[in-house]
Amino acid sequence: MAHSSLSHRSNIILTNIETIPGKTIVQHLGLVQGSSVRAKHIGRDLAAGFKNLVGGELKGYTELLQEARQEATDRMVQAASQRGANAVVNVRFATSSLMQGAAELLAYGTAVKVE
Amino acid sequence: MEGLIILAILVGIGYFYGTRIEQQHFQSLQHRERQVQTLPTSCVGAKTPIPQAQAAELFVGSVVISSDYFKTFVASFMNLLGGRITVYETLLERGRREAVLRLQEQALAWGAKHLINVRIETAELGSNSGQGIIAVEVMAYGTGIK
Repeated sequence: MAHSSLSHRSNIILTNIETIPGKTIVQHLGLVQGSSVRAKHIGRDLAAGFKNLVGGELKGYTELLQEARQEATDRMVQAASQRGANAVVNVRFATSSLMQGAAELLAYGTAVKVE
Repeated sequence: MEGLIILAILVGIGYFYGTRIEQQHFQSLQHRERQVQTLPTSCVGAKTPIPQAQAAELFVGSVVISSDYFKTFVASFMNLLGGRITVYETLLERGRREAVLRLQEQALAWGAKHLINVRIETAELGSNSGQGIIAVEVMAYGTGIK
């Protein structure tokens, strides 16, 4: 896999539970979110069209969505650090398809300060 | 007539390769699932006390999996009759198992002792026009603790 963790680029801790084990939350800083809208380019679409004949994993799309999710998470982390947070708890992901060939990936969570 | 022959060839290719790919995938899933058995995975975490730990990290595993021509063809007939669409059941099962496996593998690589609050989400990628590809994205995410 390309990356082992979504928060590898920053020192902000992410979890999807309400606490950070081993640390205590000292301050809640509110909801933060990040999103990314991506479309697949035509080359990938063509390749996927061929792959659709025999089935199986569409690696190009898997990577595309992973990149988009990473970007959405990065934006969320950026918003959190602007507020002075050092962790985001209760992170949720959502995907919605906007139109044919494009999808929005959303990441949201609660920014907190932990000690 | 020519159209029918082309259709038959496409369905044939889809059946031959699609079934092989599916079998290989199930074998690989079984094999890899045995390797991650050591990682306790659960959906609890929001209201249940979690095991003592020093560090936590969010992990995501995702996969985009597509139907083959044979499945799409058969499903369109099954759709007329209603009931279980068995060809898509196995497709989604593969997607879910693969996504959870990737999540577990990443958590294990990080050194997680438990994987908690796992959530699975499915998003449709194909278009509704019937023209495009039929594919679903399955993502699984959860918190690894150690």
